[in-house]
Amino acid sequence: MDKFIAYALPGLFTGAAYAIAASGLVLTYTTTRVFNIAHGAFGMVMSFIFWDFSQRQGIPVWLSLILVLLVVAPLTGFVVQRFIARGLGDAPVSVSLVVTVGLFVGLIGLAQQVWEPEPRFVPPFWQDKSFEIGDSIITGHQVITILASIAVAVGLYFLLNRTRIGTAMRASVDNPELLRLFGGKPDTVAALSWAIGMSLSALAGILLVSVVGLDYFQLTLLVINAYAAAMVGRLKSLPLTFIGAMALGLLDSFALGYIDPESWLADFRPVIPPLFLFAVIVLMPTAQLRIGQVKGIVSAPVPSLTRMAVSGAAFMAFVFVATAGMSEANLLRVGAAATYAIVMLSLVLLTGYGGYVSLSQLTFAGVGALAYAKLDEPNLYGLIVSTLIAGAVGALVALPTLRLTGLYLALSTLAFGVLMDKVVFQDEKAFGFGGALSADRMSVFGTTIGSTGNYVLLMAFFFVLCGIGVLILRRGVLGRMLVALRDSPAACGTLGLDARWFRVGLFGISAAVAGLAGALFAGLRGTIGAADFQYFNSLPLLLLAVVFGVTSVTGAALGGIGLMLLPVLQAEEVAGVSLGGLMFVIIGFGAVFAGRDPNGLANLLFKIGRWGQRRIVARVDEATGGSGWSPIGPRTGQHRAAGDDQDGYDDGYDDAYDDGTAAGATSHEPEEAGSVATRG
Amino acid sequence: MSLLEVDDVVVQFGGVTAVNHATFTADAGQITGLIGPNGAGKTTCFNVISGLQRPTKGHVRFDGRDVTRTPVHRRSKRGMGRTFQRLEAFGSLTVRDNVRVALDIHRGLLAGFKPAQSDIDALLERVGIAEYADDRADSIPTGTARLLELARCLAGDPQLLLLDEPSSGLDETETDAFGELLRDLASEGRGVLMVEHDMDLVMSVCDTIRVLDFGEVIAVGGPALIRNDARVQQAYLGYSDVDEDGGHDHTAVLPAVAEEVKA
Amino acid sequence: MSIPILEVIDLHAAYGRIEVLRGVNLTVPRGAVVALLGPNGGGKSTLTQVIAGQKKPTSGEIHLGGVAVRNSAADELARVGLCTVPEGRSVFPNLTVEENLVLMSYAGVTAEAVLETAYSYFPRLAERRRQLAGTMSGGEQQMLAMSRALASDPALLLLDELSMGLAPLIVEELYDTVQQIADTGVSILCIEQFARTALKVADYAAVMTGGRIVATGEPDEIMETMSDVILGGAA
Repeated sequence: MDKFIAYALPGLFTGAAYAIAASGLVLTYTTTRVFNIAHGAFGMVMSFIFWDFSQRQGIPVWLSLILVLLVVAPLTGFVVQRFIARGLGDAPVSVSLVVTVGLFVGLIGLAQQVWEPEPRFVPPFWQDKSFEIGDSIITGHQVITILASIAVAVGLYFLLNRTRIGTAMRASVDNPELLRLFGGKPDTVAALSWAIGMSLSALAGILLVSVVGLDYFQLTLLVINAYAAAMVGRLKSLPLTFIGAMALGLLDSFALGYIDPESWLADFRPVIPPLFLFAVIVLMPTAQLRIGQVKGIVSAPVPSLTRMAVSGAAFMAFVFVATAGMSEANLLRVGAAATYAIVMLSLVLLTGYGGYVSLSQLTFAGVGALAYAKLDEPNLYGLIVSTLIAGAVGALVALPTLRLTGLYLALSTLAFGVLMDKVVFQDEKAFGFGGALSADRMSVFGTTIGSTGNYVLLMAFFFVLCGIGVLILRRGVLGRMLVALRDSPAACGTLGLDARWFRVGLFGISAAVAGLAGALFAGLRGTIGAADFQYFNSLPLLLLAVVFGVTSVTGAALGGIGLMLLPVLQAEEVAGVSLGGLMFVIIGFGAVFAGRDPNGLANLLFKIGRWGQRRIVARVDEATGGSGWSPIGPRTGQHRAAGDDQDGYDDGYDDAYDDGTAAGATSHEPEEAGSVATRG
Repeated sequence: MSLLEVDDVVVQFGGVTAVNHATFTADAGQITGLIGPNGAGKTTCFNVISGLQRPTKGHVRFDGRDVTRTPVHRRSKRGMGRTFQRLEAFGSLTVRDNVRVALDIHRGLLAGFKPAQSDIDALLERVGIAEYADDRADSIPTGTARLLELARCLAGDPQLLLLDEPSSGLDETETDAFGELLRDLASEGRGVLMVEHDMDLVMSVCDTIRVLDFGEVIAVGGPALIRNDARVQQAYLGYSDVDEDGGHDHTAVLPAVAEEVKA
Repeated sequence: MSIPILEVIDLHAAYGRIEVLRGVNLTVPRGAVVALLGPNGGGKSTLTQVIAGQKKPTSGEIHLGGVAVRNSAADELARVGLCTVPEGRSVFPNLTVEENLVLMSYAGVTAEAVLETAYSYFPRLAERRRQLAGTMSGGEQQMLAMSRALASDPALLLLDELSMGLAPLIVEELYDTVQQIADTGVSILCIEQFARTALKVADYAAVMTGGRIVATGEPDEIMETMSDVILGGAA
């Protein structure tokens, strides 16, 4: 019993902190429909600011607290809502998630840039005070935290139920358009909820910092614990969220007390939150297919078969010439770029075409690499088996979210990434300590590709192969179904398509492509380790893919090169300032602003290309008297039938997206059961 | 045994009852009209039948089997097809590709290896929208898009067609042609259940009409019977004068309403 | 003649590439009740949304009390006296009756005044003040929605398909309320698919189909000339 209390008390403390963080997350999500993955990252930055105020600048603790919680955090929340999150609620998940993941990465970069790594200490509140309960001791800081969570709960209750603005917040969950007709201002409501949400994440961060330490990642990843708790409340009920948070805190603490550190179970202790999350997701009720919901539509460029073949050959020739005589180190870099590019191709399929987001694509690459190394079959057979294993694991991750929406799929991938990293990859039975699992270069039909140069060519070849494969999928049955599924899931259902298994299949294929990249990478490097596939790096990978264009193979190639250059650039110093964090800032905030157009930078290239083409055609037209085909004139049916799909490319996304949000926001269905059902 | 049996279905949203113990059937080879004022629960009924909405209570039987808990896509595989009141065409695909996707889904993933061109053209021809084949589905007129939804759903060769306001957006000639098409489809042995506001169309093509009001079926019968049913007059048309001659012309009753307003 | 409370001039609006309003001209004189009739899909609800500021028109002008309001947001219009009751149940289902009423005070009256007016007109709402609005019957919800029109004393009341899905008796009751509001001098634009009830209270009527107003006039004239359009006979 004493032991029970001894572990229950710290459990209540962490539970209280999770509850504070989670209620902020729920508040912003319900009122604005934007799931803020960067919620924990904001808490982390706010904790750093608190440290800066109270420790570095010596402002009294109470004043620092007031400044952070009541000035800096709400102001940040307001700005983020106004300039970043506004309008995201109506956007497809692939856009809103990418933008907040951008914030996530950008904030980590910002923190690293502003506060260079060094040991920092934030003393707990009410340090010299402690209370005895039975034989157990509860510190003053723990008491304050628990009290703070009660205050937050009571405060939120009063705000939401006893004030007009709070009532308006709840009304805006029901129907923001109607609130507008009442004369209320949904934007003000949204800004307020973001301001409050931000303060709560700051409070949670500051309360936890004296326990977990001032670290860029630990505090950021609290978001997983917070959303595990939030999901108990199905992302909408605050009381259930509090219960979930407490349950998670206690579970975590009891695991520490009651699981024998020698037993195999002990490995799972650090990953209780992600496991908890999976458990909650499996128990979530089925989401119903939405009717009358309009999503943003991305038309991706689809070149003809000949064009693919020609571009592929040209690309190979380019790689051949470019890598000739390259140093071993640079060859390895090119190989890494090829790896990343193939992983990004897997995202083209999943995110660019399918509209789903994975936050653990590098983990799947890791699975492929691990399988390749462990199989010890350095040949095409081994490669294929590794690919299939990664695919199967991918499908398995998507499986629990079968009945749920894309948001849950994305969240469970993040949890999966953390889980794999901490339980499997870092286990000595996997990559071993220090990351020195050896893998052999692959042989193709009996010929070992020994030289790094040739191996890089092989990787480039696989990239071309996968690229063409992805494009063929896009042109074919699968591609059409993906577009159809995005346009109207309900219609697909009534036509007989089981969207759920389709998604699992798509996710599996995507994971398989990533796994292939990992396996090739293992062969390239010779030795691989857990550090090569850290879950966190899946995030910049996703963001770069989006920035460079997640709807095209060209975008994937550019993105791969970009990600390869990242550590090179990070090591640079400009005027004595390290660029380490700054690169994350650029990528993160780049994605925040580029995320709304998944066609990315690659689209610019295409536009320039088409513009050039038009100029030439126009000149030819002039010369020939302007007869026949005019690419600038209005497009007719025949025209499009003639087959230049690329032409229908740039108009697709923007127009459809705008129309979509307009229609989605304003049309209110008369006798439509669907619209009522989806509100719930 | 009827092709479709809706048995005592209740749907509640919060405390509001959208469908209230609705019981009706639709037969193979027949056109059944489901009419009633706005908000009477017609679309909700369709959602329950097609599987997009789970009923609070009651059962749906299709082709002799209870499908109340069967997922949407499996009902479709068993031969149910539907169109939507609010358009659900695949806006970023061409009209032809809309139908192609439907055929793909119907035939499974290996469909890509079989040429479907002639089948697609035949379907577009049949509903009369072949001239729009290469237009993007979000750029065609509403009426055309509704016909496209019908073509798409015919790709699955359904036994039962659920049509939600299929004629709205069509002009008079188009509506006549559409009526022909409906009769044609029924003569192939398909059951058609149609929610429709165009009373002329309903009265001229339907074999049976079910009138829904406040989620409840208040009348069942042929066009003539329905027209003369006082409860229907009250609920649906909002006035109680009866159109004596039983023809398709409602204009006769309207002066009566005007009289009432003047009085 | 004084400036009309609402003037819609050559209004066009579209969803994507599909034009729904194709040049609508409509005037609501001060203090008048205008019934706008027409079949489903004729563009009536879109017109409501555009007037209410929820949807941007592609071209055309809207004057509210002589002031051009084409670019005003819905909440601004609501605060200057345009009270829109959109089609469907225009209450917040997960809020209590009282909370719904409190939110009506955004239109520029105190919450106390709203509660008082609403409860005196509809004593049934007072009995159910703590009940979630979504759990009430359709008629009660519509009463709650009408409370906003009663309490906020709007310059123009825009009613969209008030009778939708309601029993005839309740519709009668609601239109009695509309009549009461009209008697206090509020201008009303009332959009209905079915004619009878709306025409009883209307001073003028207009018929809309195919995105245009095809006829305007006294209620009885409208009835005679445009009967089959109203019943959805011909498109």
